[in-house]
Amino acid sequence: MSPPLVVRVEGLRVELGSGAPIVEEVSLEVHAGEVLGLVGESGSGKTTVALALLGYARPGCRITAGAVQVDGEGLTGRGEAALRSLRGRLVSYVPQDPGSALNPSLRVGAAIGDMVRAHAPGRNPGEAAFEALARVHLPGDRAFARRFPHQLSGGQQQRVTIATALVCEPPAVVMDEPTTGLDVVTQAHILEEVDRLRAESGLAVVYVSHDLAVVASIADRIAVMYAGRVVEEGPAAEILARPRHPYTRGLIASIPDHVVPRRLHGIPGVATGVGDRPRGCAFATRCLQRVARCDEEMPELEPASAGHLVRCFEWARTPALSLEEPVGTRHTSPGTEPLLAVEGLTAVHSSRAGTVVAAEDVSFALAPGECVALVGESGSGKTTIARCVAGLHVPAAGRIFLDGKPLAPKARARTREERRRVQIVFQNPYDSLNPRHRVGDSISRPARILRGLDRREAEAEVAALLGRVRLPAALATRFPGELSVGERQRVAIARALAAAPDLVVCDEITSALDVSVQAAVLELLAELRAELGLSLLFISHDLGVVASVADRVLVLERGIVCEEGPVGELLAAPAHEYTRRLVAAAPRLPEPVPTGGMS
Amino acid sequence: MTERLRFARTRTGAVGLALLLLVVGIALFGPFFAPNAPDAPIGIPLTGPAGDAPLGTDFLGRDVLSRVLWGGRSVLGLAGLATLLAYVGGATVGLVAGHARSLLDPVLMRGADVLLSFPALLFLLVLVTGVGASKATLVIGVAVVQAPLVARIVRAATLEQSVRGFVEAAVARGERASAILRREILPNIAAPIAADAPLRFTYSIILVASVNFLGLGLQPPAADWALIISENRSGFVLNPWVIFVPAALIALLTISANLVGDSIARTLGVSVGGRGRT
Amino acid sequence: MSELAAPVPAARRRRPLLRFAARRVAAAIATLFVVSILVFAGTEVLPGDAASAVLGKTATPDQLAEMQHLMGLDRPAPTRYLDWLGGLLTGDLGNSASGFAQGGTTPIWGQIKGKIGNSLTLAAITTLLMIPLSLLFGVLAAVHAGRPVDHAVSIASVAIISLPEFIIGSLLILLFFAWLDVLPPVSLIPPGDSPLGHSKALVLPVLTLLGASLAASIRMVRAGMIEALRTDYVQMARLNGFRERVVVWRYALRNALAPSVQVFAQNVQYLVGGIVVTEYLFNYPGLGKELVDAVAIRDVREVQSVAILVAAVYIGLNILADLLVVLLVPKLRTQE
Repeated sequence: MSPPLVVRVEGLRVELGSGAPIVEEVSLEVHAGEVLGLVGESGSGKTTVALALLGYARPGCRITAGAVQVDGEGLTGRGEAALRSLRGRLVSYVPQDPGSALNPSLRVGAAIGDMVRAHAPGRNPGEAAFEALARVHLPGDRAFARRFPHQLSGGQQQRVTIATALVCEPPAVVMDEPTTGLDVVTQAHILEEVDRLRAESGLAVVYVSHDLAVVASIADRIAVMYAGRVVEEGPAAEILARPRHPYTRGLIASIPDHVVPRRLHGIPGVATGVGDRPRGCAFATRCLQRVARCDEEMPELEPASAGHLVRCFEWARTPALSLEEPVGTRHTSPGTEPLLAVEGLTAVHSSRAGTVVAAEDVSFALAPGECVALVGESGSGKTTIARCVAGLHVPAAGRIFLDGKPLAPKARARTREERRRVQIVFQNPYDSLNPRHRVGDSISRPARILRGLDRREAEAEVAALLGRVRLPAALATRFPGELSVGERQRVAIARALAAAPDLVVCDEITSALDVSVQAAVLELLAELRAELGLSLLFISHDLGVVASVADRVLVLERGIVCEEGPVGELLAAPAHEYTRRLVAAAPRLPEPVPTGGMS
Repeated sequence: MTERLRFARTRTGAVGLALLLLVVGIALFGPFFAPNAPDAPIGIPLTGPAGDAPLGTDFLGRDVLSRVLWGGRSVLGLAGLATLLAYVGGATVGLVAGHARSLLDPVLMRGADVLLSFPALLFLLVLVTGVGASKATLVIGVAVVQAPLVARIVRAATLEQSVRGFVEAAVARGERASAILRREILPNIAAPIAADAPLRFTYSIILVASVNFLGLGLQPPAADWALIISENRSGFVLNPWVIFVPAALIALLTISANLVGDSIARTLGVSVGGRGRT
Repeated sequence: MSELAAPVPAARRRRPLLRFAARRVAAAIATLFVVSILVFAGTEVLPGDAASAVLGKTATPDQLAEMQHLMGLDRPAPTRYLDWLGGLLTGDLGNSASGFAQGGTTPIWGQIKGKIGNSLTLAAITTLLMIPLSLLFGVLAAVHAGRPVDHAVSIASVAIISLPEFIIGSLLILLFFAWLDVLPPVSLIPPGDSPLGHSKALVLPVLTLLGASLAASIRMVRAGMIEALRTDYVQMARLNGFRERVVVWRYALRNALAPSVQVFAQNVQYLVGGIVVTEYLFNYPGLGKELVDAVAIRDVREVQSVAILVAAVYIGLNILADLLVVLLVPKLRTQE
């Protein structure tokens, strides 16, 4: 006997006030004790669907068609008062960022108690809160219940929101990116917790995430969303091993793996925004197997095999996944003079509140043409080290050498030639370009200042550089506001290249990007290294990304290098306890199953 | 440029701008249309509207209409000059403090704090006691009161920009501080400044008019809207127009300037902080 | 289980608050000291002027010198400053110039003490009305943001906030005295009487002050409330199915309260300035009217002393507001 059906969504459509659909024709089913992973990149509409499961639409949006039923009760087409009594009792919500989703002026116990008072008036709110806390492995006592959210760690905060969601024993719960923003070790703990709770109480869970690897570790079934529609749905193992939709396949091929490094392939192009979606298949413009019909009509979801649905006319042509090893990592021959050498670097942040040591006695060398990665969680000091190298942060102690000559701590005090040879690309694509300058001006500035090119030479250089980062030359006259996130980051790379540098410091340059765009940027970096012989100092928190780009890696824990070595060896057999924890906790897709005969 | 004028296409922006232009027009060009000299008695004090004095006469028997037509220039001129001075001083301090962030910043900002720890009007009264009532006292006093507020806004906006990637990229390629301020920071803090300027101007008008009303600014027989209200306070019943018309004009001026500021802030997406009052 | 090892907060939390208060009071005393130097320097840059102001333009040089000696103006500025400061610290505000003009010495304190009470009464009534009214209208506008109620409240407050107090007051006098003839245009309160016994005389001054400060507070409460209503925790409260009343009061307003307190403090501070103009307009026998009269006859010592008193109140209110904010925000309250 199969477990009872708990969540049923049929033909859901949510619109903006203008009538433009954010999501349409979404149908889902979740059974008791089952986890459905809802996966999509930014703008795919996954959070809109998650909220609609509680009959909620964000201000400015409306649920205009379809039905949502939980445990036989409808959550669409009801008044606010009726919905209020169902939310939290029938289906509850676990938010993305617990730090901002918890009321900062309510104690933990009172926050959980509010839920009890709203939906289970007979129960004692205090007692119920203690029980709920204990259920998610937090201390279920008065002392803990009297804490305020800011007195908890990120992981504890997320456990509190889960406890709140479950305190009234709803049959279904929606989790919207519950681990995004947590470090990998904490993320692993939360995922274990979710898995245990659903097994214990037969919860139906809708787990929303942009991270396919995270979803792979917890979901029984996966639904992939693209541009407001479900494009593929089926059993998790089946989807991950034999994706039939070209988008799903591209997504999987974009995901880096830290244990088995592989060559990444991004999906070309940009996702269409809400309001300018085409009549036909929204993925057609980025699709390699598109046919004339794709532009004309929207394909229906059709079964590819039992329980496996796909929205593509040409799904049978989707090639099997073939995961390649990356081009062999470079090993520097001993005796090569290093391009960059950092010796005994110590950096601190001073503020009125006190002094924090960001990096302590860090030393490493980087050979010409090499890519060295600094890996660590937030607060590990990796970005501060990058800023010291770029001359943006004055170290408290230690020295930095370029080609054996010491670099001045401040960029202004370095020679023009030194400034030209070391360039930096920043994390936040929204911040890295001046919104008031045209793309061309932003790129030409370093070429003129640092290489002394005149206006005409610099203009020619801009065109060449835009080509180099695979952007059309016409972009030079645009303003950053008109560009997508991925395009901005490419322009930022072009600006760094405009100085004709020897070393580019890349500070978390892909962390704000969707995986498919990230893969494309990483591909670009690999090509640039091959074409220009660039050296990279690559800062990242993502072991998978590091594995796919770096030659050597330094692992930082609270400002101290705890382990370093060639990337493949280090990640395959970490020696330090901290590295081992990181490697074990980082999510990854299941080992690829050799495929054959299907296509 | 179109972006900066977009506020005029909102309803409040358009109404505000039209009213502002109207009152400024009356203030600037009014004297050309004044039927009588502003300081010559033409009849019995405090009579109501009559043929040759459409708004009646004031407490000395002077023509109210002519005095009102002459009396806007001082308000507008003194407040405008004070606002300008406050911006030149305050913006310079704010930019330097926000970008330098070194020794200078705490010193400049503590100075601003001390100035702001003192009610604005009280500051002006103390100044008048010390150096006497004059136009120069009024303009410099109001500018000194406003400059720290401007400095704070500019500094906060500058600080916000200073940590952004494109500014850091300019620092890393070794650009001069002046080039960074001019090329990278100034164009990006224009919005908060544009939204703040009309509010500062409103506040300058309020301060200038209040001091004049207290009789501690311009001295009789000057024709000035605030002074007219002040000197005719006992004539409320006999000729209400002598109070109502200048009061309405000052009200229109400050309200319309504030509406313009409000709609600029809205269209530029800047949140406007609390505005100081007298 | 690294996330379970978050630091347990110290149970004692009185000390940080006390330390914060002590730090603020110390800073305030330093600021007042700087202010006193500025006030003194600002008012005594023209020595001897005060004496001639008392005697008038016809005074002979001998008379002038005698008066300067009597008023202590013949001594060097630093000595005079220290004398004044010493007097302030021991509760002696000095003697007023109007007393010298009448040929005797009149202590400033005796002259102003009754008026301080009158001004405080005016400020207190205004504040007590302003706080609940601004919360009411601010929350009302924010909850109905973008709808007619909000537009009406917003436009009215933008208009009123732009008006100088003397304009609001003049228009009120025109309306209630010249036209309706129900309220007096001047507040005649005999010396020694409590203004509370003359309630009719209080209405217009209070309305004038209220108009200006209420508009400013409504705007800020509305802005704070709209921001709070947009937060994730308010959306979360709705997703948890809480009643709208709970969402607005327990989730949104509770967190919008701290910024509102700062706004109230700021507005009470503005009242300090607004009171001067309002009292002058209505001839209300308070400290503000007294100050304007002192400035008009250039009674330097009285202006200095009153200015320091007012500055002290102003800075004191600031500290009070900061402490209230710390008490209202758990994060500030429980952290070092």
